[in-house]
Amino acid sequence: MSSRTSRLLLLAPAALLVTVVVGLPVLRVLQLSLMRADLDGGISLAWGGLDAYARLWGDARYWTCLRNTAVFTGASVALETALGVAFALVLHQRFHGRGALRALVLLPWALPTAVMALAWAWIFNDSFGVANDLLRRLGVLERPVAWLGEPATAMAVLVLADVWKTTPFVALVVLAGLQGIPEGVLEAARVDGLTAWQRLRHVTLPLLTPALLVAVVFRAIQAYGAFDLVYVITGGGPGGSTETVSLYAFQHYFRYLDFAYGSAVAVQGVLLALLPLALLLRWARRREAR
Amino acid sequence: MRRVGLALATALLAAWSLAPVAWQLLTAVKPDAQITRTPTVYLPDPPTSRHVTALLARKPMAVYLANSLAVSAVATTLAVGVAALAAAALSRSAAASRDRALLGLLLLALFPPILLLFPLYEGVRALGWVNHLPGLALPYAALNLPLAVWILESGFRQIPRELDEAARLDGLGWLARLARVQAPLAAPSLVTAAILVFIFCWNEFMLALTFMTRDSHKTVTAGIASIGGASIYEIPWGQLSAAVLLATAPLVLLVLVFERRIAGGLTRGAVKG
Repeated sequence: MSSRTSRLLLLAPAALLVTVVVGLPVLRVLQLSLMRADLDGGISLAWGGLDAYARLWGDARYWTCLRNTAVFTGASVALETALGVAFALVLHQRFHGRGALRALVLLPWALPTAVMALAWAWIFNDSFGVANDLLRRLGVLERPVAWLGEPATAMAVLVLADVWKTTPFVALVVLAGLQGIPEGVLEAARVDGLTAWQRLRHVTLPLLTPALLVAVVFRAIQAYGAFDLVYVITGGGPGGSTETVSLYAFQHYFRYLDFAYGSAVAVQGVLLALLPLALLLRWARRREAR
Repeated sequence: MRRVGLALATALLAAWSLAPVAWQLLTAVKPDAQITRTPTVYLPDPPTSRHVTALLARKPMAVYLANSLAVSAVATTLAVGVAALAAAALSRSAAASRDRALLGLLLLALFPPILLLFPLYEGVRALGWVNHLPGLALPYAALNLPLAVWILESGFRQIPRELDEAARLDGLGWLARLARVQAPLAAPSLVTAAILVFIFCWNEFMLALTFMTRDSHKTVTAGIASIGGASIYEIPWGQLSAAVLLATAPLVLLVLVFERRIAGGLTRGAVKG
């Protein structure tokens, strides 16, 4: 058997698995998004052309979902990146018990999002939540806040839960980037008389850009697909103010049984996510080319 | 000054990472009267095991945990096995086609799951796999395949070509070489890939929620989160906290034991790309 044939044989199971579970479903969801689901006794699907997409255009709830998703993604990724860099800078230092601290810092990333979502719902419970109690003891709040009852604070809780969970990922990627910076470069900057802050701003951070970019792109895509936290903590409420694109599509699939429209929501949502991402990558490539 | 700052920073990091879990622990062993007292009672006095017993009587936690373990183990074995074959092939391919394949896999891994959810549900239903293990294990294996291939490929590539060549001259076929030469030498990356895939499977929620509707087949994420949601106000917080602890405990253990491998596996894929 030639080595080319054996290579193709080795690749076949992977190709099959990915085709069946990812490839075909993507084609199917595209097809579904071009159909129309009619509820007449049962559910019948008929060709609908671009009807579903036209309906999206005039669907105020969809636009609200898009905005919610964008706010969630923007806030989460920005905070995670900032915190992740800070975490990595601490973990990069030499100190006693560094290994143990690294394990602790990694912990939130490994815990199931849907399950920890319950923990956050309890922490931010309006009557007995510990968040209210702590903030009142610290003098930040005068009276308890109904965190999950107000649009802005409910979104803030979701962002906090996401930042807690995923900062470790950013921190690890940045830490690996930090470890790749040659000692000599920073030493030279020190000899040149740059302060610690200037070294961070003008030497370390620019050298970290590739690692940061990878982390941001990964995180942005994941945050954009947010489902678990929203489903468990707020269910999209109050009044749809935290409903994300994923949750909206899910509702159409399994609550309103409108598969066609749900598919259009999912497809359109993903396409819209790819656009800013493609721009970001282009910008990065240009910068690198310079 | 520097040392004080560092000590403060490390204390903050540890507190940030542990606080939400620690609060669940405290709530899980706190008597009901203290859970619902304001101002908040922080330390349970005396600690109670009543919530755990009540939870176990109300919800089949052992079944959920066993289901999670079974689905994750099957999916992990499948994903790592299939990925090992693919990685062995890719690590011996020309650089250009290898990189194209790896990039393609990465893009597939980035599709938000909501895009695949409904078609997968249709398929699982058509096969009669709703409430059956393969209905979850197969999608899980495929969705984690890209990550596993990325980790394994970089492990396999580090094996010197000469070793493989020598085994070939000794008359070993490609399967025997893979099993007896490459896999043992790449064992660390196999372990790393397996741990990461296992964690992702254990934590998956959206597909589990949709495909597993019977208590007898729910995984722990679907089982527990469904305690919340609609009935969140009917279940006492002490029991919910106990449930959260039971579902997260296996992962806490994994992280504490395998921290280095997990961190290495996560960053290897990310930084290289």
